Amino acid sequence: MSRTFVIKGARILGAQPADLLLRDGVIAEVGTGLDAAGAEVVDADGLVALPGLVDLHTHLREPGREDAETVETGTRAAARGGYTAVHAMANTHPVADTAGVVEQVWRLGREAGYCDVHPVGAVTQGIAGKQLAELGAMADSAARVRVFSDDGHCVSDAMIMRRALEYVKAFDGVIAQHAQEPRLTEGAQMNEGEVSARLGLPGWPAVAEEAIIARDCLLAAHVGSRLHVCHVSTAGSVEILRWAKSKGWRVTAEVTPHHLLLDDALVAGYDPVYKVNPPLRTAEDVAALREALADGTIDAVATDHAPHPAEAKETEWDCAAMGMIGLETALSVVQEAMVETGLLDWAGVADRMSFRPARIGRLTGQGRPLEAGSPANVVLYDPAPRTVVDPSQFASKSRNCPFAGLELPGRVVATFLRGRPTVLEGKLQ
Amino acid sequence: MKRHLISAADLSRDDALLVLDTAEELAQIADRSIKKLPTLRGRTVVNLFYEDSTRTRISFEAAAKRLSADVINFSAKGSSVSKGESLKDTALTLEAMGADAVVIRHGASGAPHRLAGWVRGSVINAGDGTHEHPTQALLDAFTMRRRLGDLEGRKVTIVGDVLHSRVARSNVLLLNTLGADVTLVAPPTLLPVAVDSWPCSVSYDLDAVLPKSDVVMMLRVQRERMNAAYFPTVREYSRRYGLDAERLAKLPEHAIVMHPGPMNRGVEIAAEVADSPRSTITEQVANGVSARMAVLYLLLGGSEPAIGAEVPA
Repeated sequence: MSRTFVIKGARILGAQPADLLLRDGVIAEVGTGLDAAGAEVVDADGLVALPGLVDLHTHLREPGREDAETVETGTRAAARGGYTAVHAMANTHPVADTAGVVEQVWRLGREAGYCDVHPVGAVTQGIAGKQLAELGAMADSAARVRVFSDDGHCVSDAMIMRRALEYVKAFDGVIAQHAQEPRLTEGAQMNEGEVSARLGLPGWPAVAEEAIIARDCLLAAHVGSRLHVCHVSTAGSVEILRWAKSKGWRVTAEVTPHHLLLDDALVAGYDPVYKVNPPLRTAEDVAALREALADGTIDAVATDHAPHPAEAKETEWDCAAMGMIGLETALSVVQEAMVETGLLDWAGVADRMSFRPARIGRLTGQGRPLEAGSPANVVLYDPAPRTVVDPSQFASKSRNCPFAGLELPGRVVATFLRGRPTVLEGKLQ
Repeated sequence: MKRHLISAADLSRDDALLVLDTAEELAQIADRSIKKLPTLRGRTVVNLFYEDSTRTRISFEAAAKRLSADVINFSAKGSSVSKGESLKDTALTLEAMGADAVVIRHGASGAPHRLAGWVRGSVINAGDGTHEHPTQALLDAFTMRRRLGDLEGRKVTIVGDVLHSRVARSNVLLLNTLGADVTLVAPPTLLPVAVDSWPCSVSYDLDAVLPKSDVVMMLRVQRERMNAAYFPTVREYSRRYGLDAERLAKLPEHAIVMHPGPMNRGVEIAAEVADSPRSTITEQVANGVSARMAVLYLLLGGSEPAIGAEVPA
């Protein structure tokens, strides 16, 4: 028998306190003074209630790199971060480029039960950029794939990109592009600029990202399809997106928490915990990204949670793996970068971290308003405490967290997935 | 002085002058019949070389031995992840052996920073990737001082592949600390995009800069760079940025020509220039030992005077 919960006095999207009754997997009622026989009471005094967060960009590493993360450990981390749905990236071993692999990942997510796992399908076979993967078979599979990406690799061939954009129109899919012009980034190690010049690390120019975004926006417009731009990292990219959106083209974009908070000055000590693709950019880029997220030019925050085992980071910078984990810190980082700065209110956070990413992924049971009849996907978040980030406490298998040692605000108190708590009193259930 | 010497920026003006003055004292013993001091007796210096560099390794080895340190040469070619033991495990091994200083040459920029986080001894950067080579800058400054005196206001022109040069980075920083005016000359492709943030001037025209130079330092340029379109051909590079006899004649009479080696004769420097009396190239090699002795002494020697009691501390 499913449990019934009454959440007392939560500030829904930061508004006045109200009660939520969660029963049979849905929000049965929203109001004041709610009560129900046999219901467990959750005191939410001072807590903000948000819709369950939706991540468009998660590396769960299974199958293939279970030493870094598994579907189970990754979704436990997601639940601790307030997520009720994640999109699992396709660059696994084997690559998620067939119906078989995406169904396997989807089933592993169902079995783990911590949050919904929506596999992202590869655009091309083996994410090699040469030949389209069976996009239709993945769309029609039990996993119902709608987001396709060769993430980690750019679909750099303009002809292949055009065809992919066209092809997914048949099932309302979207191509999520990792925008990185390969020739301009051969051997690139960090953002190209003042810091890379000083450190003697091969530079990764902003134009390598921006040129692909501009091309893809034009292609998407030409074929009338949907483009989603992964992990936007430069001020120039924001300008191109703003222009494309002003034309009414169906272009969406995401930004990672780390690109909202960190900049390339951190690379000065050559600690590869700061090595990531796209690279950390300048403080000016960070400011432009925050502004773009605030005004909606960037639609969503996506973690690009990229777990790596310790030995992949305890090396020289050149040899280290790229990527950072972020599921368990995302909401705190967004609060720090966007809410504390007055750029977004909690309704805005709900929009960028739940409503819009769910729409981009065409998820029907996620990113719904917190009102009667919606699936009971709810996060209770305490924005008050400030604590020092300690990765040893994480549910993720990996520890490559760039926020370690930083004091950040907020704490996820509870996460409900269709009425069932995955996190309660800050603890995984 | 800081505990490590990883970047030329680790040296304040006073630190740099102390190293150069100490090197000058220590250079005296090269003229003695017994070229050895007891200063670092019982100390262990490890030369950890991930790249072939006979010149630099021998220079450090000679420097450490003249100060009576025990020297362990550890040659580990190849990057750590792809081949064999990781840098961290090697560092822990050296730590367990009780290395007082580790001199590291590595193909990855920043490897000495990483090493410094894993060992307790002093880390001396003997060249890391395309980042820095601070002892080269010290020996260059030492050579300039011996030839030209005080470096304050001296005009130093550094020519060539600045983008990939650890020598250029360290020299720009150190020479700026010492008050010299540095001008970088290179094709725009071989300069970092943010070079305007460096404390120096930039020119694309070697002929215009030469008459105003007290020092011209030619950097090695690799032929393979033309494959990545940094310049069209070696011949064109040589015509525009090479130092030949005709260009040498444009220098003021007192000016010197330097090269950190190894040279590509006929590419960045003509043979007759390299072998001319204005070239300090072999002096630089000799001075390298003195400069490195000074660094080892100052990082490891503590408060004892460098050359026994007769030299004031």
